[in-house]
Amino acid sequence: MNYKLDFTPVIDGMPALLMGCLGTFLLALAGMALAIVIGVGGVILRDSRIAPVRWLVKAFVELIRNTPFLVQIFFIYFALPLAGLRLDPTPTAIIALGINGGAYAIEIIRGGVQSISKGQIEAGLALGLHKAQVFRLIVLKPALRAIFPSLTSQFVLLTLTTSIASAISAYELTSVAQRIESDSFRSFEVYGTITLFYLVISWVMMRFFAAISTRYFSYPVK
Amino acid sequence: MGSNEFLFLLTGLKWTVLLSLVGFVGGGVFGLAIALMRVSERPLMERITAGYIALFQGTPLLMQLFVVYYGLALVGLKLDAWIAVAIGFTLHASAYLGEIWRGSIEAVPKGQTEAAKALSLNYVSRMRDVILPQAIRISLPATIGFLVQLIKGTSLAAIVGFTELTRAGNIVSNQIFQPLLVFGIVGILYFLLCWPLSLYGSHLERRMAIAAR
Repeated sequence: MNYKLDFTPVIDGMPALLMGCLGTFLLALAGMALAIVIGVGGVILRDSRIAPVRWLVKAFVELIRNTPFLVQIFFIYFALPLAGLRLDPTPTAIIALGINGGAYAIEIIRGGVQSISKGQIEAGLALGLHKAQVFRLIVLKPALRAIFPSLTSQFVLLTLTTSIASAISAYELTSVAQRIESDSFRSFEVYGTITLFYLVISWVMMRFFAAISTRYFSYPVK
Repeated sequence: MGSNEFLFLLTGLKWTVLLSLVGFVGGGVFGLAIALMRVSERPLMERITAGYIALFQGTPLLMQLFVVYYGLALVGLKLDAWIAVAIGFTLHASAYLGEIWRGSIEAVPKGQTEAAKALSLNYVSRMRDVILPQAIRISLPATIGFLVQLIKGTSLAAIVGFTELTRAGNIVSNQIFQPLLVFGIVGILYFLLCWPLSLYGSHLERRMAIAAR
């Protein structure tokens, strides 16, 4: 083995890479926000009284969950201009991430809503709680608690998925790394380094979510 | 789109299936080893495998492919793109399957291990004849779920330059300038591959939930 590792391009490109981390973070945050909106909306529509609406939501969930994100982002990238929306790669990536994450969020949130039994709501009302109090204390908090682990690990997954948005050259860590790599040909050094960045990002996220969970959701259930 | 282009997509589909199978089988073999090490009750082995799993679950699959792809070239191995991505997916799958199967092994009631020990079965026979058959049953829905994830993941081999279904779609769409049609068809092909598996997985899950009641 006569290859010498050379991290100079990585060190020189560090400011750009750190900005790329910020880009990844913002992309993930926007994608999550959209995913939650789609998730909540989808859960409401999934119980719609109009049958075709219910079918559409189910078909959407199945379609998104059984096709690769890379194909979805390509499709959306080419479909949006036809729908009259000329967007930059980064907003396009946010839409794709939101749609993808939204399909998973629908399934997760639905599970949380189903976990609340009707008897609890009736019991709350019988105890003289206000409707808003019932919603906040008996519906929302336990439902959030029930879905919190799966929803947050889905968010970590979504953050890692942002690296695929480099395929349409959205602004995030992987596309910044690709630029440095194509200038320096130090592929292993560049990608090895940002792999560690991703590891730190997902570790920090998991720690953050775990802290929230112990702060708000660690109360006895029974 | 003519029949030639469609046949080209089907060739891509063939490579997607092959790559998924290689990743799944290779990942299954190593994953079993990792799961067994993870529950070995030897602290060093447990920590190493825990780190291995955390590394793969905490980084994007695309980065794993890049690092393996360029890392192998770096140690002087001039490998075909096909071999390099197959190694990448095998490592990726071994970490995820290892974690799934660790959970399933731990979900087998402890009394089973104790009973097997009381019958003085040795380690191999205890695992092979008592624990693993039950663990496999428990793990089946999650394992199928991961297989679907793996099939979808093979699309990333396109970015490394391996011509599977997604890259075949890229090539065709550059030729005939109908990206929506091409990626629509590519999406449908993936869907036809993954959906039956997903349905089977959730069917198993429901059946087990009923059995548990």
